[in-house]
Amino acid sequence: MRPGAIEIPRQAAIALGVLVALVLLAALAPVISPFAFDALDLARRRAAPSASHWFGTDELGRDLLTRVLFGARVSLAVGFVSAAVSVLLGIAIGATAGWAGRWIDALLMRITDAMLAVPRLPLLMIAAAVLAPNVAALVLLVGAAGWMETARVVRAEVQSIKANDFVTAARAVGAASPRVVMRHVLPGVLPTAAVATTLAVGRGILLESALSFFGVGVQPPAASWGNMLYQAQTTMTSEPWLGIFPGAFIFLTVLCCNAIGTALTDRATNR
Amino acid sequence: MSFAARRLAQAVPLLLIISLLVFGLIHAAPGGPLSLYLDNPNVRPEDIARLRRAMGLDRPLGTQYVSWLAAFVRGDWGYSYADGRPVTERMIERVPATLQLVGVSTLLAVIVSVVVGVGAALRRGVDRAASVGSVAGLSIPVFWLGLVLQLLFSNTLGWLPSSGRASFAGGGLADRLAHLVLPVAVLAVAHAAGWSRYLRGSVRLALAQPFTNAARARGVTESRIVLRHALRHALLPFATVVLLDASIMASGAVVTESVFAWPGIGSLFTEALAKRDYTVLMAFLMCASVAVVTLSFLADVAVHALDPRTRGEP
Repeated sequence: MRPGAIEIPRQAAIALGVLVALVLLAALAPVISPFAFDALDLARRRAAPSASHWFGTDELGRDLLTRVLFGARVSLAVGFVSAAVSVLLGIAIGATAGWAGRWIDALLMRITDAMLAVPRLPLLMIAAAVLAPNVAALVLLVGAAGWMETARVVRAEVQSIKANDFVTAARAVGAASPRVVMRHVLPGVLPTAAVATTLAVGRGILLESALSFFGVGVQPPAASWGNMLYQAQTTMTSEPWLGIFPGAFIFLTVLCCNAIGTALTDRATNR
Repeated sequence: MSFAARRLAQAVPLLLIISLLVFGLIHAAPGGPLSLYLDNPNVRPEDIARLRRAMGLDRPLGTQYVSWLAAFVRGDWGYSYADGRPVTERMIERVPATLQLVGVSTLLAVIVSVVVGVGAALRRGVDRAASVGSVAGLSIPVFWLGLVLQLLFSNTLGWLPSSGRASFAGGGLADRLAHLVLPVAVLAVAHAAGWSRYLRGSVRLALAQPFTNAARARGVTESRIVLRHALRHALLPFATVVLLDASIMASGAVVTESVFAWPGIGSLFTEALAKRDYTVLMAFLMCASVAVVTLSFLADVAVHALDPRTRGEP
Protein backbone atom coordinates (compact mmCIF):
# COMPACT_ATOMS: atom_id res chain seq x y z
CA MET A 1 0.00 0.00 0.00
CA ARG A 2 1.35 3.39 -0.90
CA PRO A 3 2.36 5.55 2.03
CA GLY A 4 -0.18 8.09 3.12
CA ALA A 5 -3.12 6.11 1.78
CA ILE A 6 -5.93 5.53 4.23
CA GLU A 7 -6.17 1.88 5.13
CA ILE A 8 -9.73 0.72 5.66
CA PRO A 9 -10.06 -2.57 7.55
CA ARG A 10 -11.93 -5.21 5.59
CA GLN A 11 -14.81 -5.62 8.06
CA ALA A 12 -15.39 -1.88 8.16
CA ALA A 13 -15.45 -1.73 4.34
CA ILE A 14 -18.01 -4.56 4.20
CA ALA A 15 -20.08 -2.92 6.93
CA LEU A 16 -20.04 0.39 5.08
CA GLY A 17 -21.11 -1.38 1.87
CA VAL A 18 -24.02 -3.10 3.61
CA LEU A 19 -25.10 0.16 5.24
CA VAL A 20 -25.04 2.01 1.90
CA ALA A 21 -27.03 -0.84 0.32
CA LEU A 22 -29.63 -0.61 3.11
CA VAL A 23 -29.95 3.15 2.67
CA LEU A 24 -30.40 2.71 -1.10
CA LEU A 25 -32.98 -0.05 -0.62
CA ALA A 26 -34.91 2.13 1.80
CA ALA A 27 -34.74 5.17 -0.47
CA LEU A 28 -35.80 3.21 -3.56
CA ALA A 29 -38.40 1.08 -1.77
CA PRO A 30 -41.39 2.31 -3.83
CA VAL A 31 -39.49 1.58 -7.07
CA ILE A 32 -38.11 -1.82 -6.06
CA SER A 33 -41.11 -3.39 -4.43
CA PRO A 34 -43.94 -4.74 -6.59
CA PHE A 35 -46.33 -4.16 -3.68
CA ALA A 36 -47.60 -0.94 -2.19
CA PHE A 37 -46.71 -0.22 1.42
CA ASP A 38 -50.31 -0.54 2.63
CA ALA A 39 -51.80 -2.79 -0.08
CA LEU A 40 -54.09 -5.34 1.54
CA ASP A 41 -54.42 -8.86 0.17
CA LEU A 42 -57.09 -10.33 2.42
CA ALA A 43 -57.00 -13.65 0.55
CA ARG A 44 -53.43 -14.14 1.62
CA ARG A 45 -53.24 -13.06 5.23
CA ARG A 46 -50.56 -14.43 7.55
CA ALA A 47 -48.88 -16.25 4.64
CA ALA A 48 -45.50 -17.82 5.32
CA PRO A 49 -42.50 -16.65 3.26
CA SER A 50 -42.80 -17.81 -0.37
CA ALA A 51 -41.58 -16.96 -3.86
CA SER A 52 -44.15 -14.16 -4.27
CA HIS A 53 -43.87 -12.81 -0.72
CA TRP A 54 -40.24 -13.38 0.29
CA PHE A 55 -40.78 -12.41 3.93
CA GLY A 56 -44.42 -13.57 4.09
CA THR A 57 -47.44 -11.37 4.82
CA ASP A 58 -48.92 -9.88 7.99
CA GLU A 59 -52.38 -10.12 9.56
CA LEU A 60 -53.88 -7.87 6.85
CA GLY A 61 -52.12 -9.58 3.97
CA ARG A 62 -49.59 -6.77 3.50
CA ASP A 63 -46.23 -7.82 2.03
CA LEU A 64 -43.70 -7.93 4.89
CA LEU A 65 -40.60 -7.30 2.76
CA THR A 66 -42.19 -4.10 1.45
CA ARG A 67 -43.05 -3.05 5.00
CA VAL A 68 -39.52 -3.82 6.21
CA LEU A 69 -38.09 -1.61 3.43
CA PHE A 70 -40.48 1.22 4.26
CA GLY A 71 -39.81 0.68 7.96
CA ALA A 72 -36.12 1.07 7.16
CA ARG A 73 -36.81 4.66 6.06
CA VAL A 74 -38.15 5.56 9.50
CA SER A 75 -35.62 3.52 11.50
CA LEU A 76 -32.58 4.73 9.53
CA ALA A 77 -33.79 8.33 9.56
CA VAL A 78 -34.29 8.20 13.32
CA GLY A 79 -30.84 6.63 13.73
CA PHE A 80 -28.94 9.12 11.58
CA VAL A 81 -30.74 12.30 12.60
CA SER A 82 -30.77 11.46 16.32
CA ALA A 83 -27.03 10.72 16.07
CA ALA A 84 -26.49 14.14 14.48
CA VAL A 85 -28.49 15.78 17.29
CA SER A 86 -26.55 13.85 19.95
CA VAL A 87 -23.14 14.63 18.53
CA LEU A 88 -23.85 18.32 17.86
CA LEU A 89 -25.18 18.72 21.41
CA GLY A 90 -22.23 16.75 22.75
CA ILE A 91 -19.72 18.92 20.87
CA ALA A 92 -21.43 22.14 21.98
CA ILE A 93 -21.61 21.12 25.64
CA GLY A 94 -18.21 19.40 25.77
CA ALA A 95 -16.41 22.22 23.97
CA THR A 96 -18.05 24.87 26.17
CA ALA A 97 -17.07 22.99 29.33
CA GLY A 98 -13.52 22.28 28.14
CA TRP A 99 -12.91 25.81 26.83
CA ALA A 100 -14.58 27.84 29.58
CA GLY A 101 -13.34 25.78 32.53
CA ARG A 102 -14.06 26.81 36.12
CA TRP A 103 -17.69 26.86 37.33
CA ILE A 104 -19.18 26.48 33.85
CA ASP A 105 -17.16 23.29 33.40
CA ALA A 106 -18.12 22.04 36.86
CA LEU A 107 -21.81 22.71 36.30
CA LEU A 108 -21.95 21.14 32.84
CA MET A 109 -20.05 18.06 33.98
CA ARG A 110 -22.37 17.55 36.98
CA ILE A 111 -25.33 17.68 34.60
CA THR A 112 -23.54 15.19 32.34
CA ASP A 113 -22.94 12.85 35.29
CA ALA A 114 -26.57 13.16 36.35
CA MET A 115 -27.83 12.33 32.87
CA LEU A 116 -25.48 9.34 32.72
CA ALA A 117 -26.74 8.04 36.05
CA VAL A 118 -30.39 7.92 34.99
CA PRO A 119 -30.99 4.66 33.10
CA ARG A 120 -31.43 5.82 29.51
CA LEU A 121 -34.13 3.49 28.23
CA PRO A 122 -36.61 3.90 31.13
CA LEU A 123 -36.02 7.67 31.03
CA LEU A 124 -36.83 7.78 27.33
CA MET A 125 -39.79 5.46 27.78
CA ILE A 126 -41.31 7.81 30.34
CA ALA A 127 -40.51 10.87 28.23
CA ALA A 128 -42.11 9.27 25.17
CA ALA A 129 -45.16 8.16 27.18
CA VAL A 130 -45.60 11.61 28.72
CA LEU A 131 -45.02 13.67 25.58
CA ALA A 132 -46.49 11.25 22.98
CA PRO A 133 -44.12 12.61 20.33
CA ASN A 134 -44.45 12.39 16.55
CA VAL A 135 -41.47 10.97 14.63
CA ALA A 136 -39.66 14.31 14.44
CA ALA A 137 -40.01 14.91 18.18
CA LEU A 138 -38.99 11.31 18.87
CA VAL A 139 -35.75 11.94 16.97
CA LEU A 140 -35.07 14.97 19.15
CA LEU A 141 -35.80 12.99 22.33
CA VAL A 142 -33.50 10.12 21.39
CA GLY A 143 -30.85 12.63 20.36
CA ALA A 144 -31.21 14.59 23.59
CA ALA A 145 -30.64 11.41 25.61
CA GLY A 146 -27.35 10.55 23.90
CA TRP A 147 -25.02 13.56 24.06
CA MET A 148 -23.23 12.74 27.34
CA GLU A 149 -20.56 10.35 26.09
CA THR A 150 -19.62 12.73 23.25
CA ALA A 151 -19.55 15.71 25.61
CA ARG A 152 -17.09 13.92 27.90
CA VAL A 153 -14.58 12.96 25.20
CA VAL A 154 -14.89 16.31 23.42
CA ARG A 155 -14.27 18.17 26.70
CA ALA A 156 -11.10 16.15 27.33
CA GLU A 157 -9.97 16.71 23.76
CA VAL A 158 -10.59 20.47 23.93
CA GLN A 159 -8.70 20.72 27.22
CA SER A 160 -5.63 19.10 25.67
CA ILE A 161 -5.84 21.11 22.42
CA LYS A 162 -6.26 24.34 24.42
CA ALA A 163 -2.79 23.85 25.92
CA ASN A 164 -1.11 23.89 22.48
CA ASP A 165 1.11 26.75 21.30
CA PHE A 166 -0.94 27.35 18.16
CA VAL A 167 -3.92 28.20 20.32
CA THR A 168 -1.86 30.58 22.43
CA ALA A 169 -0.50 32.10 19.20
CA ALA A 170 -3.99 32.58 17.78
CA ARG A 171 -5.07 34.35 20.96
CA ALA A 172 -1.87 36.38 21.03
CA VAL A 173 -2.60 37.86 17.58
CA GLY A 174 -5.96 38.96 18.95
CA ALA A 175 -8.39 36.31 17.68
CA ALA A 176 -11.62 36.27 19.66
CA SER A 177 -12.58 33.16 21.62
CA PRO A 178 -15.37 32.00 19.28
CA ARG A 179 -13.02 32.27 16.31
CA VAL A 180 -10.22 30.36 18.06
CA VAL A 181 -12.64 27.61 19.05
CA MET A 182 -14.21 27.34 15.60
CA ARG A 183 -11.04 27.61 13.51
CA HIS A 184 -8.35 26.06 15.68
CA VAL A 185 -9.87 23.84 18.36
CA LEU A 186 -12.93 22.16 16.84
CA PRO A 187 -11.16 20.80 13.73
CA GLY A 188 -9.00 18.77 16.11
CA VAL A 189 -12.13 17.29 17.66
CA LEU A 190 -13.51 15.96 14.35
CA PRO A 191 -11.96 12.45 14.44
CA THR A 192 -13.43 11.88 17.92
CA ALA A 193 -16.77 13.21 16.74
CA ALA A 194 -16.72 10.82 13.76
CA VAL A 195 -16.33 7.78 16.04
CA ALA A 196 -19.03 9.09 18.36
CA THR A 197 -21.39 9.57 15.42
CA THR A 198 -21.13 6.01 14.08
CA LEU A 199 -21.74 4.60 17.55
CA ALA A 200 -24.63 7.02 18.13
CA VAL A 201 -26.36 5.92 14.91
CA GLY A 202 -26.45 2.32 16.13
CA ARG A 203 -27.56 3.37 19.59
CA GLY A 204 -30.30 5.60 18.16
CA ILE A 205 -31.70 2.75 16.06
CA LEU A 206 -31.66 0.41 19.07
CA LEU A 207 -33.38 3.00 21.29
CA GLU A 208 -36.06 3.78 18.70
CA SER A 209 -36.75 0.10 18.21
CA ALA A 210 -37.00 -0.52 21.97
CA LEU A 211 -39.34 2.47 22.44
CA SER A 212 -41.54 1.34 19.56
CA PHE A 213 -41.43 -2.24 20.80
CA PHE A 214 -42.95 -1.04 24.08
CA GLY A 215 -45.60 0.92 22.19
CA VAL A 216 -44.39 4.44 23.06
CA GLY A 217 -42.26 5.13 19.96
CA VAL A 218 -43.28 5.29 16.31
CA GLN A 219 -47.07 4.76 16.14
CA PRO A 220 -49.00 2.83 13.47
CA PRO A 221 -49.94 3.30 10.64
CA ALA A 222 -46.31 4.44 10.19
CA ALA A 223 -43.99 1.43 10.17
CA SER A 224 -40.61 1.19 11.86
CA TRP A 225 -38.71 -2.00 12.61
CA GLY A 226 -39.48 -1.54 16.30
CA ASN A 227 -43.24 -1.16 16.00
CA MET A 228 -43.40 -4.07 13.54
CA LEU A 229 -41.91 -6.15 16.37
CA TYR A 230 -44.42 -4.66 18.80
CA GLN A 231 -47.23 -5.93 16.60
CA ALA A 232 -45.50 -9.28 15.99
CA GLN A 233 -44.74 -10.25 19.59
CA THR A 234 -48.17 -11.69 20.33
CA THR A 235 -48.15 -13.90 17.23
CA MET A 236 -44.51 -14.94 17.49
CA THR A 237 -45.40 -18.64 17.75
CA SER A 238 -47.87 -18.82 14.85
CA GLU A 239 -46.23 -16.30 12.48
CA PRO A 240 -42.59 -16.09 13.57
CA TRP A 241 -41.48 -14.42 10.30
CA LEU A 242 -43.31 -11.22 11.33
CA GLY A 243 -40.90 -10.85 14.24
CA ILE A 244 -37.76 -12.44 12.90
CA PHE A 245 -37.24 -10.26 9.80
CA PRO A 246 -37.66 -6.76 11.28
CA GLY A 247 -35.43 -7.72 14.24
CA ALA A 248 -32.80 -9.17 11.93
CA PHE A 249 -32.70 -5.85 10.05
CA ILE A 250 -32.22 -3.91 13.30
CA PHE A 251 -29.41 -6.29 14.25
CA LEU A 252 -27.72 -6.07 10.84
CA THR A 253 -27.86 -2.27 10.71
CA VAL A 254 -26.60 -1.73 14.25
CA LEU A 255 -23.89 -4.35 13.66
CA CYS A 256 -22.64 -2.40 10.63
CA CYS A 257 -22.59 0.90 12.55
CA ASN A 258 -20.75 -0.66 15.48
CA ALA A 259 -18.27 -2.47 13.20
CA ILE A 260 -17.37 0.86 11.56
CA GLY A 261 -17.20 2.56 14.95
CA THR A 262 -14.93 -0.16 16.36
CA ALA A 263 -12.62 0.00 13.35
CA LEU A 264 -12.32 3.79 13.73
CA THR A 265 -11.67 3.44 17.48
CA ASP A 266 -8.97 0.81 16.88
CA ARG A 267 -7.30 3.10 14.34
CA ALA A 268 -7.38 5.97 16.80
CA THR A 269 -5.91 3.97 19.69
CA ASN A 270 -3.22 2.15 17.69
CA ARG A 271 -1.86 5.38 16.29
CA MET B 1 -11.94 15.74 54.83
CA SER B 2 -11.65 12.06 54.03
CA PHE B 3 -11.97 10.79 50.47
CA ALA B 4 -15.32 9.13 51.15
CA ALA B 5 -16.76 12.33 52.61
CA ARG B 6 -15.56 14.43 49.67
CA ARG B 7 -16.95 11.90 47.21
CA LEU B 8 -20.25 11.86 49.10
CA ALA B 9 -20.39 15.65 48.90
CA GLN B 10 -20.23 15.29 45.09
CA ALA B 11 -23.02 12.73 45.03
CA VAL B 12 -25.57 14.96 46.77
CA PRO B 13 -25.79 17.72 44.09
CA LEU B 14 -25.84 14.93 41.51
CA LEU B 15 -28.90 13.39 43.13
CA LEU B 16 -30.57 16.81 43.34
CA ILE B 17 -30.07 17.38 39.60
CA ILE B 18 -31.50 13.90 38.91
CA SER B 19 -34.54 14.56 41.10
CA LEU B 20 -35.19 17.83 39.24
CA LEU B 21 -34.94 15.97 35.94
CA VAL B 22 -37.37 13.24 37.01
CA PHE B 23 -39.84 15.71 38.53
CA GLY B 24 -39.66 18.00 35.50
CA LEU B 25 -40.21 15.10 33.12
CA ILE B 26 -43.44 13.96 34.76
CA HIS B 27 -44.77 17.49 34.98
CA ALA B 28 -43.90 18.19 31.34
CA ALA B 29 -47.01 16.25 30.30
CA PRO B 30 -49.75 18.46 28.92
CA GLY B 31 -52.20 18.36 31.82
CA GLY B 32 -49.57 17.05 34.22
CA PRO B 33 -49.79 13.70 35.98
CA LEU B 34 -53.56 13.66 35.56
CA SER B 35 -53.39 13.85 31.75
CA LEU B 36 -54.73 10.31 31.51
CA TYR B 37 -58.06 11.43 33.01
CA LEU B 38 -58.40 14.45 30.72
CA ASP B 39 -59.26 12.25 27.73
CA ASN B 40 -61.57 10.03 29.74
CA PRO B 41 -65.24 10.97 29.08
CA ASN B 42 -66.29 9.29 32.34
CA VAL B 43 -64.23 11.66 34.47
CA ARG B 44 -66.01 14.99 34.96
CA PRO B 45 -64.00 18.26 34.96
CA GLU B 46 -65.03 18.94 38.57
CA ASP B 47 -63.61 15.53 39.56
CA ILE B 48 -60.33 16.46 37.95
CA ALA B 49 -60.32 19.78 39.78
CA ARG B 50 -60.98 17.96 43.05
CA LEU B 51 -58.21 15.43 42.37
CA ARG B 52 -55.81 18.24 41.52
CA ARG B 53 -56.53 19.87 44.86
CA ALA B 54 -56.38 16.59 46.76
CA MET B 55 -53.03 15.71 45.22
CA GLY B 56 -51.68 19.21 45.66
CA LEU B 57 -51.26 19.69 41.92
CA ASP B 58 -52.74 23.20 42.12
CA ARG B 59 -49.83 24.46 44.20
CA PRO B 60 -46.80 26.21 42.62
CA LEU B 61 -44.38 23.76 40.96
CA GLY B 62 -41.53 24.70 43.29
CA THR B 63 -43.62 23.90 46.39
CA GLN B 64 -44.73 20.62 44.84
CA TYR B 65 -41.14 19.69 44.08
CA VAL B 66 -39.93 20.38 47.59
CA SER B 67 -42.74 18.45 49.26
CA TRP B 68 -42.37 15.56 46.79
CA LEU B 69 -38.62 15.35 47.41
CA ALA B 70 -39.03 15.57 51.19
CA ALA B 71 -41.63 12.78 51.11
CA PHE B 72 -39.46 10.69 48.80
CA VAL B 73 -36.46 10.93 51.10
CA ARG B 74 -38.65 9.82 54.03
CA GLY B 75 -39.72 6.75 52.03
CA ASP B 76 -43.21 8.02 51.27
CA TRP B 77 -43.46 7.43 47.51
CA GLY B 78 -47.19 7.98 47.18
CA TYR B 79 -49.89 5.64 45.96
CA SER B 80 -50.11 3.76 42.70
CA TYR B 81 -52.72 5.24 40.35
CA ALA B 82 -53.47 1.74 39.13
CA ASP B 83 -54.51 -0.03 42.32
CA GLY B 84 -54.23 2.54 45.09
CA ARG B 85 -51.61 0.61 47.05
CA PRO B 86 -48.50 2.37 48.39
CA VAL B 87 -45.78 2.48 45.74
CA THR B 88 -43.19 1.37 48.30
CA GLU B 89 -45.14 -1.81 48.94
CA ARG B 90 -45.57 -2.59 45.24
CA MET B 91 -41.87 -2.07 44.59
CA ILE B 92 -40.53 -3.99 47.59
CA GLU B 93 -42.48 -7.14 46.73
CA ARG B 94 -40.81 -7.12 43.29
CA VAL B 95 -37.24 -6.65 44.54
CA PRO B 96 -36.31 -10.32 45.21
CA ALA B 97 -37.11 -11.44 41.65
CA THR B 98 -35.04 -8.63 40.15
CA LEU B 99 -32.12 -9.20 42.50
CA GLN B 100 -32.14 -12.89 41.59
CA LEU B 101 -32.21 -12.25 37.84
CA VAL B 102 -29.67 -9.43 37.83
CA GLY B 103 -27.41 -11.17 40.36
CA VAL B 104 -27.24 -14.48 38.51
CA SER B 105 -26.82 -12.89 35.09
CA THR B 106 -24.12 -10.50 36.34
CA LEU B 107 -22.23 -13.40 37.89
CA LEU B 108 -22.48 -15.40 34.67
CA ALA B 109 -21.46 -12.39 32.56
CA VAL B 110 -18.42 -11.79 34.81
CA ILE B 111 -17.29 -15.42 34.52
CA VAL B 112 -17.75 -15.44 30.74
CA SER B 113 -15.95 -12.10 30.43
CA VAL B 114 -12.95 -13.27 32.46
CA VAL B 115 -12.62 -16.52 30.48
CA VAL B 116 -13.11 -14.85 27.09
CA GLY B 117 -11.09 -11.75 27.99
CA VAL B 118 -8.09 -13.75 29.18
CA GLY B 119 -8.34 -16.12 26.20
CA ALA B 120 -8.50 -13.20 23.80
CA ALA B 121 -5.48 -11.52 25.38
CA LEU B 122 -3.47 -14.74 24.91
CA ARG B 123 -4.58 -16.30 21.62
CA ARG B 124 -5.06 -14.47 18.35
CA GLY B 125 -7.73 -16.89 17.16
CA VAL B 126 -9.78 -16.46 20.32
CA ASP B 127 -9.31 -12.71 20.04
CA ARG B 128 -10.74 -12.60 16.50
CA ALA B 129 -13.78 -14.69 17.44
CA ALA B 130 -14.28 -12.77 20.69
CA SER B 131 -14.16 -9.39 18.98
CA VAL B 132 -16.76 -10.45 16.40
CA GLY B 133 -18.91 -11.92 19.19
CA SER B 134 -18.54 -8.80 21.28
CA VAL B 135 -19.61 -6.40 18.51
CA ALA B 136 -22.52 -8.73 17.71
CA GLY B 137 -23.56 -8.87 21.38
CA LEU B 138 -23.50 -5.08 21.63
CA SER B 139 -25.56 -4.71 18.46
CA ILE B 140 -28.32 -7.24 19.00
CA PRO B 141 -31.64 -5.78 20.20
CA VAL B 142 -32.13 -7.40 23.62
CA PHE B 143 -35.90 -7.82 23.26
CA TRP B 144 -35.53 -9.45 19.85
CA LEU B 145 -32.89 -11.87 21.17
CA GLY B 146 -35.36 -12.77 23.92
CA LEU B 147 -38.19 -13.36 21.44
CA VAL B 148 -36.00 -15.51 19.17
CA LEU B 149 -34.71 -17.62 22.09
CA GLN B 150 -38.29 -18.12 23.32
CA LEU B 151 -39.31 -19.21 19.84
CA LEU B 152 -36.39 -21.61 19.55
CA PHE B 153 -36.10 -23.16 23.02
CA SER B 154 -39.67 -22.93 24.27
CA ASN B 155 -41.95 -23.19 21.29
CA THR B 156 -39.94 -25.20 18.77
CA LEU B 157 -37.75 -27.42 20.92
CA GLY B 158 -39.88 -27.30 24.05
CA TRP B 159 -36.84 -27.53 26.32
CA LEU B 160 -37.43 -24.49 28.51
CA PRO B 161 -40.38 -22.48 29.83
CA SER B 162 -40.89 -19.22 27.96
CA SER B 163 -41.98 -16.93 30.77
CA GLY B 164 -42.56 -16.37 34.46
CA ARG B 165 -40.50 -17.30 37.49
CA ALA B 166 -42.09 -20.67 38.25
CA SER B 167 -44.87 -22.89 36.90
CA PHE B 168 -48.41 -22.34 38.19
CA ALA B 169 -48.32 -25.69 39.94
CA GLY B 170 -45.48 -24.37 42.04
CA GLY B 171 -42.69 -26.65 40.98
CA GLY B 172 -39.43 -27.48 42.69
CA LEU B 173 -35.91 -26.19 42.35
CA ALA B 174 -35.48 -27.67 38.85
CA ASP B 175 -38.57 -25.82 37.67
CA ARG B 176 -37.31 -22.50 39.06
CA LEU B 177 -33.88 -23.01 37.52
CA ALA B 178 -35.42 -23.83 34.14
CA HIS B 179 -37.34 -20.56 34.28
CA LEU B 180 -34.11 -18.67 34.99
CA VAL B 181 -32.14 -19.97 32.01
CA LEU B 182 -33.45 -17.85 29.12
CA PRO B 183 -33.75 -14.44 30.84
CA VAL B 184 -30.34 -14.91 32.47
CA ALA B 185 -28.79 -15.87 29.13
CA VAL B 186 -30.22 -12.79 27.41
CA LEU B 187 -29.02 -10.35 30.08
CA ALA B 188 -25.63 -12.04 30.36
CA VAL B 189 -25.02 -11.79 26.60
CA ALA B 190 -25.79 -8.09 26.69
CA HIS B 191 -23.33 -7.47 29.55
CA ALA B 192 -20.53 -9.89 28.66
CA ALA B 193 -20.24 -8.31 25.20
CA GLY B 194 -18.90 -5.07 26.61
CA TRP B 195 -17.12 -6.40 29.70
CA SER B 196 -15.08 -9.11 27.92
CA ARG B 197 -13.71 -6.45 25.54
CA TYR B 198 -12.73 -4.27 28.45
CA LEU B 199 -11.03 -7.09 30.35
CA ARG B 200 -9.11 -8.18 27.24
CA GLY B 201 -7.81 -4.64 26.89
CA SER B 202 -6.66 -4.33 30.49
CA VAL B 203 -5.04 -7.81 30.56
CA ARG B 204 -3.09 -6.89 27.42
CA LEU B 205 -2.10 -3.59 28.98
CA ALA B 206 -0.84 -5.44 32.07
CA LEU B 207 1.09 -7.91 29.89
CA ALA B 208 2.97 -4.97 28.35
CA GLN B 209 4.07 -3.65 31.77
CA PRO B 210 7.59 -4.11 33.09
CA PHE B 211 6.44 -6.23 36.04
CA THR B 212 5.18 -9.00 33.75
CA ASN B 213 8.48 -8.91 31.85
CA ALA B 214 10.29 -9.20 35.16
CA ALA B 215 8.22 -12.25 36.05
CA ARG B 216 8.96 -13.73 32.64
CA ALA B 217 12.69 -13.16 33.21
CA ARG B 218 12.46 -15.01 36.52
CA GLY B 219 11.17 -18.01 34.58
CA VAL B 220 7.54 -17.82 35.63
CA THR B 221 5.39 -19.77 33.18
CA GLU B 222 3.23 -17.79 30.77
CA SER B 223 -0.09 -19.12 32.08
CA ARG B 224 0.93 -18.23 35.64
CA ILE B 225 1.96 -14.75 34.53
CA VAL B 226 -1.43 -14.19 32.98
CA LEU B 227 -3.48 -15.64 35.82
CA ARG B 228 -1.46 -14.48 38.82
CA HIS B 229 0.07 -11.24 37.62
CA ALA B 230 -1.80 -9.72 34.69
CA LEU B 231 -5.33 -10.78 35.62
CA ARG B 232 -4.86 -9.62 39.18
CA HIS B 233 -3.71 -6.27 37.89
CA ALA B 234 -6.75 -6.05 35.60
CA LEU B 235 -9.44 -7.20 38.01
CA LEU B 236 -9.84 -4.06 40.11
CA PRO B 237 -10.57 -1.70 37.20
CA PHE B 238 -12.77 -4.44 35.77
CA ALA B 239 -14.83 -4.62 38.96
CA THR B 240 -15.25 -0.84 38.79
CA VAL B 241 -16.51 -1.03 35.21
CA VAL B 242 -19.04 -3.70 36.20
CA LEU B 243 -20.36 -1.55 39.05
CA LEU B 244 -20.45 1.58 36.87
CA ASP B 245 -22.61 -0.26 34.33
CA ALA B 246 -25.51 -0.42 36.82
CA SER B 247 -27.39 2.09 34.69
CA ILE B 248 -27.17 -0.20 31.64
CA MET B 249 -28.18 -3.16 33.81
CA ALA B 250 -31.34 -1.33 34.85
CA SER B 251 -32.30 -0.71 31.21
CA GLY B 252 -31.51 -4.35 30.38
CA ALA B 253 -33.61 -5.62 33.29
CA VAL B 254 -36.63 -3.59 32.16
CA VAL B 255 -36.50 -5.10 28.68
CA THR B 256 -35.67 -8.67 29.70
CA GLU B 257 -38.21 -8.87 32.52
CA SER B 258 -40.95 -7.61 30.22
CA VAL B 259 -40.18 -10.07 27.43
CA PHE B 260 -40.04 -13.03 29.81
CA ALA B 261 -42.83 -11.82 32.14
CA TRP B 262 -40.33 -12.01 35.00
CA PRO B 263 -42.18 -10.62 38.05
CA GLY B 264 -39.53 -8.08 39.04
CA ILE B 265 -39.23 -4.30 39.22
CA GLY B 266 -38.51 -4.06 35.49
CA SER B 267 -41.84 -5.57 34.51
CA LEU B 268 -43.56 -3.45 37.18
CA PHE B 269 -42.11 -0.48 35.30
CA THR B 270 -43.52 -1.53 31.91
CA GLU B 271 -46.90 -2.35 33.51
CA ALA B 272 -46.91 1.13 35.07
CA LEU B 273 -45.88 2.64 31.74
CA ALA B 274 -48.85 1.07 29.95
CA LYS B 275 -51.20 2.54 32.58
CA ARG B 276 -49.32 5.86 32.83
CA ASP B 277 -49.00 5.16 36.56
CA TYR B 278 -46.77 8.18 37.20
CA THR B 279 -46.07 7.67 40.89
CA VAL B 280 -44.63 4.21 40.17
CA LEU B 281 -42.67 5.50 37.15
CA MET B 282 -41.14 8.35 39.18
CA ALA B 283 -40.24 6.03 42.05
CA PHE B 284 -38.63 3.55 39.66
CA LEU B 285 -36.52 6.18 37.94
CA MET B 286 -35.45 7.71 41.25
CA CYS B 287 -34.56 4.34 42.82
CA ALA B 288 -32.62 3.20 39.76
CA SER B 289 -30.68 6.48 39.66
CA VAL B 290 -29.96 6.42 43.39
CA ALA B 291 -28.72 2.83 42.99
CA VAL B 292 -26.44 3.88 40.10
CA VAL B 293 -25.01 6.83 42.05
CA THR B 294 -24.55 4.68 45.17
CA LEU B 295 -22.75 1.91 43.29
CA SER B 296 -20.42 4.36 41.59
CA PHE B 297 -19.72 5.95 44.98
CA LEU B 298 -18.94 2.52 46.47
CA ALA B 299 -16.75 1.65 43.48
CA ASP B 300 -14.72 4.84 43.84
CA VAL B 301 -14.30 4.44 47.60
CA ALA B 302 -13.31 0.77 47.23
CA VAL B 303 -10.72 1.53 44.54
CA HIS B 304 -9.36 4.36 46.65
CA ALA B 305 -9.00 2.01 49.61
CA LEU B 306 -7.55 -0.93 47.68
CA ASP B 307 -5.29 0.76 45.14
CA PRO B 308 -2.60 3.00 46.66
CA ARG B 309 -1.79 4.48 43.21
CA THR B 310 -5.12 6.30 43.11
CA ARG B 311 -4.41 8.18 46.33
CA GLY B 312 -1.76 10.54 44.97
CA GLU B 313 0.84 12.33 47.07
CA PRO B 314 -0.31 13.30 50.56
